[in-house]
Amino acid sequence: MSVIRTPGGLSLRFRPRALAVGAGAALLAAGLGLVVLGSGDYPMGPADVLRTLTGGGTAAEQFIVHELRLPRLVTALLVGAALALAGTVFQSLVRNPLGSPDVLGFTQGASTGALVVVVLGGGSLALAGAAVAGGLGTGLVIYALAWRRGVHGYRLILVGIGVAAILTGVNGYLLTRAPLMDAARAVLWLTGSLDGRGWANAGPLLVVMAVLAPLVLVGCAPALRMMELGDDTSSALGVPVRRLRLVLLAAAVLLVSFAAAAAGPVSFVALVAPHVAKRLTRAPGPNLLPSMAVGAALLVGADLLAQRAFTEHQLPVGVVTGVIGGGYLVWLLAMERRAGRL
Amino acid sequence: MALLGVVLLLSIAVGAKAMPLSDVWSGLLHRDATEYAVVHRMRLPRTVLGLLAGAALGVAGAVMQALTRNPLADPGLLGINAGASAAVATAAAFLGVTAIGGYVWFALLGAAVVTALVYAVGGGRGATPARLALAGAALNATLYSYVSAVMLLDTASLERLRFWTVGSLASADSATVTRVLPFILVGLLVALGAARPLNALALGDDAARALGARPALIRAAVIVAVTLLCGAATAACGPIVFVGLLVPHLVRALTGPDLRWLLPYCAVLAPVLLLGADVLGRVLGRPGELQVGMVTAVLGGPLFLWLVTRGRVAHP
Repeated sequence: MSVIRTPGGLSLRFRPRALAVGAGAALLAAGLGLVVLGSGDYPMGPADVLRTLTGGGTAAEQFIVHELRLPRLVTALLVGAALALAGTVFQSLVRNPLGSPDVLGFTQGASTGALVVVVLGGGSLALAGAAVAGGLGTGLVIYALAWRRGVHGYRLILVGIGVAAILTGVNGYLLTRAPLMDAARAVLWLTGSLDGRGWANAGPLLVVMAVLAPLVLVGCAPALRMMELGDDTSSALGVPVRRLRLVLLAAAVLLVSFAAAAAGPVSFVALVAPHVAKRLTRAPGPNLLPSMAVGAALLVGADLLAQRAFTEHQLPVGVVTGVIGGGYLVWLLAMERRAGRL
Repeated sequence: MALLGVVLLLSIAVGAKAMPLSDVWSGLLHRDATEYAVVHRMRLPRTVLGLLAGAALGVAGAVMQALTRNPLADPGLLGINAGASAAVATAAAFLGVTAIGGYVWFALLGAAVVTALVYAVGGGRGATPARLALAGAALNATLYSYVSAVMLLDTASLERLRFWTVGSLASADSATVTRVLPFILVGLLVALGAARPLNALALGDDAARALGARPALIRAAVIVAVTLLCGAATAACGPIVFVGLLVPHLVRALTGPDLRWLLPYCAVLAPVLLLGADVLGRVLGRPGELQVGMVTAVLGGPLFLWLVTRGRVAHP
C-alpha cells in the first residue's frame, strides 16, 4: 500500500502491485489484440496493423482491419471486461469464490430468452434483445425469491442454483423443439462465439459499459470493499447496504445480459478472471479494475487460441474458455478443499 | 404401493395413441390383440425403465444425503448425472458409440469420477449444504458447457444427444431395460444393505465404529452404489434432476430419518414421481410429449426453492 500526499492535505492510497497487474493485463490484452488483428486468411505484421489502425495502409487492409477484425476484437475486449466485472461483483456480494453468473442462473436466463427466439424464428437483433430480457427477468425472479428483509449471500446462491437447474431443463426442452439447423445455431450461440461480430454487436455493450463501469468502479467500489466485512459492520460504518446491494446486483445482471447478447453466454470468464486477478494482485477486497483487464486479456487470448488452435476449422471461443475454466475450477475446488475453506 | 400400481397402469394406458383401459388390458394379456404391439414394444419397456430409473435416482439421492449429511445432495444438482452425460457425449462423438450398451460403461465411468470428486469436496466436516451445492452447480456448468461444445463440433451427435440430454424415457425399448437392469439391481441391493451401517454413521465416525460399523467400507460401498445407480439411470434416460432431491424429503416426512425405512419407501415413491411426471408430460405435450426431465425440473425446482427459502439450510 502506498500513499501520495499533496501539500493541500489531499491523499491518494494505492497498491503498486495492483496497479502493475492491471496495467500488465491491459498491455497483454492490447498485445494479443494486435496479434488477433494481424492473424487470419490475410496475415499482417504488427507494424502493418498499427499503421492501418492509425489511418495508413491500403484500402484492402483498411477494410480487413476496420470492418472485419476490429469489431470482433472490440467485442471480445468488452465482453471479457464486462463479464469479469460482473463476476467480481457477484463473488464479492455473495462472499463466495464460486458465485459467478454461470452458476447462479443469470446466464441460463439469458440463454432461455435467446432460445425462445430461436424456436419462434427471429433475427439476430431479436435474439440479442431476448437474451437481455431473459437475463434481466431471471435476475428479477431470483431477487424476488431470495428477498427476505434484504437479500443475503447464501439465499441468493441457493435460489440461483435452483433457478439455474429449472432453466437448464427448460433450455434443453427448447433445444429439442427447434429444427436441427436452428438447433445447431442455438448451440453455437449457447457456447458463446465471436464469429462474425460487427459493430452492431459491440455498440450496445459499449454504451452499457460506458455507463455502468464508472458507476461500479467509482461509485460503489469503496463501499463494496466495506461490505465484505459483513452487513452489520458495514452498516455501522455508514454503508447503505440494502440499496447498494440492489444497485450492484442490477448493474452486474445488466452487464452479464448485454455481454451475452453480444457474444452469447461465454462460460467461466466471470468465474476465472477475478480469481486470476486476485492471485496476481494479492490485494484484499474486490479487485475490480485488474479483474476487468484480466478478463479482457483472457477472452482475447481464448479467441486467438480458438481461431488458431485447429487449422481446419475455427472453434467458438466458448469452447476454449469452457476448457480453461473447467480445468481451473477443478483445481480451485481441490485447493479450497485443502485449505479448509470449502 | 397402491399408488405405484395406479401410476404404472396410467403410464401404460396414456400415450400419443389414446386407448380405453379395456383395450390396454387385453393388449397386455392377449398376444393376438391389435394393441399388443403398442403395449409390449413401447409402453411396457418405457414403464419398466421409469420404474428402474426412478428407484435408482430416489435411492441414490437418499444415500447421498445420508453420506454427505447434506439435505441438498441430489445426483442431478451435484453434477453426477452431468458427469455421466459428459462421458456419454464423449463416447458418442469421438469414439463412435451409438448404442445404449456402450453408453452404460461410459456413463458409469463419468458418474464414478464425479461421485468421487463430490465426496472429496462434500464429505468433510467443513462442508456446508450451500457450499456443496455451489460446488456441484459449478461442476454442472463445466460439464454441460463441455457437452454443448461436443454437440457443436459434431452435428450428428447433436441430433442424437439433444433429446437425450433433456432426460427422457421415450427411447426405451426392451434392450435398454435389460442392459441397465443388472446395474440398477446391484446398486439398489448395495444401497439397501448399507442402510443400517449408514444409520450408525449418522452418529459420527467414532460412535459408528463403537457400534461395529466400518466407516471407510460403508463409504466405499455407498459411492459404488451411487455410481451404479446414477450411471445406469443416466445412460438409459439422460440426466434427470431433482428426483433424487425431492423424493427423500417427501419420504422423510412419512418415515422419519431411519434409512432402513427411508430407502425402500424412496424406491417405491420415486418411480411414482418419475412415471407421474412422464405421464404428465405425455398428457400436456399432446400430440408430442414433454420430456420427463423437463417436467421433473419444473416440478422439483420450486420444492428446492421452498426448502432453501424456508431458511433451514440457508445458513452456512
